[in-house]
Amino acid sequence: MTRVVVVTSGKGGVGKTTTSAAFASGLALRGYKTAVIDFDVGLRNLDLIMGCERRVVYDFVNVINGEAKLTQALIKDKNCENLFVLPASQTRDKDALTEEGVEKVIKELEHLGYDYIVCDSPAGIERGAVMALTFADEAIITTNPEVSSVRDSDRILGILQSKSRRSAEGREPVKEHLLVTRYSPKRVEDGEMLSYKDVQELLRVPLIGVIPESESVLHASNQGTPAIHLKGTDVSEAYVDVVARFLGEERPLRFVNYERPGLMKRLFGGK
Amino acid sequence: MSLLSLLFGEKKKTAAVAKERLQLIIAREHGSAARGADFLPELQRELIAVISKYVSVNPDDIKVHLEKQDNYEVLEVNIVLPETKG
Repeated sequence: MTRVVVVTSGKGGVGKTTTSAAFASGLALRGYKTAVIDFDVGLRNLDLIMGCERRVVYDFVNVINGEAKLTQALIKDKNCENLFVLPASQTRDKDALTEEGVEKVIKELEHLGYDYIVCDSPAGIERGAVMALTFADEAIITTNPEVSSVRDSDRILGILQSKSRRSAEGREPVKEHLLVTRYSPKRVEDGEMLSYKDVQELLRVPLIGVIPESESVLHASNQGTPAIHLKGTDVSEAYVDVVARFLGEERPLRFVNYERPGLMKRLFGGK
Repeated sequence: MSLLSLLFGEKKKTAAVAKERLQLIIAREHGSAARGADFLPELQRELIAVISKYVSVNPDDIKVHLEKQDNYEVLEVNIVLPETKG
């Protein structure tokens, strides 16, 4: 049974594509046949983050319009055996995504025996974002601990609950997961940043993980290697945990507590 | 941070301010999504119609106002009756 997972947020720049790339790679590393689709038609980025930009020949819109076969457009990932990338079109706009077209592609991926389809949503609440969540079985709501991101996540949750196929057909609702990204335990400790608990309390969605703010994310995108492959980094470990929890395993939260340096603690007292 | 706060006194943490603001805005947006929240003008019109049956009031003297406080809403209806000529 194929599961469709949308990575969405409303707000831009919070880490949707970073998360889509890392999460899809993580599922593939666990042995699941996975496709990751870029829904950001006109501003494609997933191919860069996955490091396959030079191998793009056909794209999602070509497949929808019947100008290419799905199997011609899918790009095999360089790191994972069973991961494939479906890039967005650079030249078209989001109106090129029709509900029938998207449905056709998802049905075909199901037919090809994919276990997971990860939909990388564009920012905003317009056509591209709505198309990305329409067929979702599960959703990863990517949120920064920051006011505009939290509010936009709340908005996109409302859209998920009203516009997804599952809700339109009165089926079991889309399973929602909250992923807090760009988290800085030190700033939380200093009272400068909302804690993951605050964000969860505000959005009322079960937490699937916390990804710490890290320099490794830029290193990863510089090289076109999904962050989960940067072995030994906090971000990579945190994404591995997210994938494990998604698959139903229990993993304690890591990288959420700040340890103050010992000397400072002795001089000024712990907080 | 500790030293600074000792010297200058503790300011309200901005994260706490952020949380309060979000609690308010999210509650309001949920409320308006659920109910349409634009029932207030209609309510005001109907109130004027009902009250006018018994007392002659100036439509401007009826004020309807909805306010959110923490977990509950206050619907405030303020009607100024015309002064009785004695």
